[in-house]
Amino acid sequence: MKSLKTIATLAAAVLALAAPLAAHAEVNLLNVSYDPTRELYQDYNAAFAKYWKGKGGDTVTVKQSHGGSGKQARAVIDGLDADVVTLALAYDIDEIGEKAKLIPANWQKRLPHNSSPYTSTIVFLVRKGNPKKVRDWNDLIRPDVKVITPNPKTSGGARWNYLAAWGYALKQKGGNEAKAKEFVTKLFKNVPVLDSGARGSTTTFVQRGQGDVLLAWENEAFLAVNELGKDKFEIVVPSVSILAEPPVTVVDKVVDRKGTRKVAEEYLKYLYTPAGQEIAAKHYYRPIDKNIAAKYAKVFPKVKLFTIDDTFGGWKAAQKKHFADGGVFDQIYGPGK
Amino acid sequence: MSGTSAKSVRTRTEPAPVRWLLIIVAFLFLGLFLFVPLAAVFAQALEKGWDAYLVAIREPDALAAVKLTLITAAVSVPVNLVFGVVAAWAIAKFEFRGKQLLITLIDLPFSVSPVISGLIYVLLFGLQGWLGPWLQAHDIKIIFAVPGIVLATVFVTFPFVARELIPLMEAQGKDEEEAAITLGASGFQTFWRVTIPNIKWGLLYGVILCNARAMGEFGAVSVVSGHIRGATNTIPLHVEILYNEYNYAAAFAVASLLALLALVTLVVKSFVEWRMRETS
Repeated sequence: MKSLKTIATLAAAVLALAAPLAAHAEVNLLNVSYDPTRELYQDYNAAFAKYWKGKGGDTVTVKQSHGGSGKQARAVIDGLDADVVTLALAYDIDEIGEKAKLIPANWQKRLPHNSSPYTSTIVFLVRKGNPKKVRDWNDLIRPDVKVITPNPKTSGGARWNYLAAWGYALKQKGGNEAKAKEFVTKLFKNVPVLDSGARGSTTTFVQRGQGDVLLAWENEAFLAVNELGKDKFEIVVPSVSILAEPPVTVVDKVVDRKGTRKVAEEYLKYLYTPAGQEIAAKHYYRPIDKNIAAKYAKVFPKVKLFTIDDTFGGWKAAQKKHFADGGVFDQIYGPGK
Repeated sequence: MSGTSAKSVRTRTEPAPVRWLLIIVAFLFLGLFLFVPLAAVFAQALEKGWDAYLVAIREPDALAAVKLTLITAAVSVPVNLVFGVVAAWAIAKFEFRGKQLLITLIDLPFSVSPVISGLIYVLLFGLQGWLGPWLQAHDIKIIFAVPGIVLATVFVTFPFVARELIPLMEAQGKDEEEAAITLGASGFQTFWRVTIPNIKWGLLYGVILCNARAMGEFGAVSVVSGHIRGATNTIPLHVEILYNEYNYAAAFAVASLLALLALVTLVVKSFVEWRMRETS
């Protein structure tokens, strides 16, 4: 009897400890984001909370959830209560609208610049001194080079990587769809492991020491170099790459149910202000604001960039052709291929 | 009794080099696969000194993860304690149709991958799942919230207590209970005064294993968590996040909490095993 009572008391004590978690009278937002934005939003959330309080708003706490972009979209579709989503690419947000009807189809028109407050691109991270002499995309298909990239099925960054390689091959002299497919097939033959998100791949490359070159978001590559030592890694900028636009939106059904629409919309708009742009630039996302971009021009290497709309006819078409079940990626990457 | 003496005679007839070889191999294996990684966890955790270690453990997200892990264990262990005793009682003391089926069902979480266990709940309670729309209409959150994490943990840990008790209760038979009933004890008295004292050490052993798994579960919980920092991350999930943020020292610091828990579990387990031998 006594031991049962003790257990009951213990359980009650633990539950009592947990109660204050729920009792706070402040506004809580949940930002469901993709993998490499952890540091960016950690900073940005603090800045926004200060800004919002200064404007006479409530105390706002923004909670974060990070993971591969496709996986995160899936979680929101399955009911993860995101007030805002800030994902790696438009298609994943389209899916939230299509599969769960949580946002209207025209979501990308609601904020400036295709709802992408910052852009990025895909670069190479190599080990110090570039021992394998990787200079451009065509070096990635050499048989002696091991390439690390995440899984395009779950990761947004991986899809940008894949399309950047495809676009490069397409834009070479005499390039066409068949040659591009051949090029990307060869490239993925050099990929020993596919992690589910960009951050997992970075860890595989930098911490576990796998592979010769990491295909990475520009911001992720900068972060790895600065966090883990300029003496260990260096960035190689290819001759041409893709303009990556990671978009943001409020999730209408969620904010309307929770009554957080106003603060959620302000949260995203603040990304476009000079203050928000500056934070993005500091975390190596390319700002779209001209003044801030000029201020940080030295940070970002000049690269010829092509867009998804011009080269692939937009995300819907690219997703259907390359990454859907039975698409080109499934044809070129599989066991024993 | 004759069995043990025969065994001890046989071990004595084993040539000494063979005995030593077996012992050394066992110790080397354990040292390589158990002790070295464990030592590495603590070494990495303290890489940046005690101060950094304490900061990592006291950080709000880490505390939230610890709290959530304790809540999860505090709910799932008692639930499985009650369920385990009930199931073991039914299986060991009665004959009924479908007994084999029940035993198989109890074992199911052992044979199913934890990821699948998590996905079951997403399919059931997710917004696109069977019950999702109804739950949302009534503002009840199951997955991507604490209840889902508890459910997934209950699922993966429910065989531990029952599995521990069934052989024990079967071996003890029902003679003592029948004697108690014949002497006029009520069902509850019989259970409390006769059955529980007989199984208490086995029960405790099951609870310890159940608790260790409840606190350490990763796969199933990862699927239903939603990974919201400071809200739905348990200790193992928090460790993964820290590791992915290049925060290696902090990741190992938090991981060392789990490792410590494992060590405590080991000590208590040895004690319980010793008591079980003493009492039987």
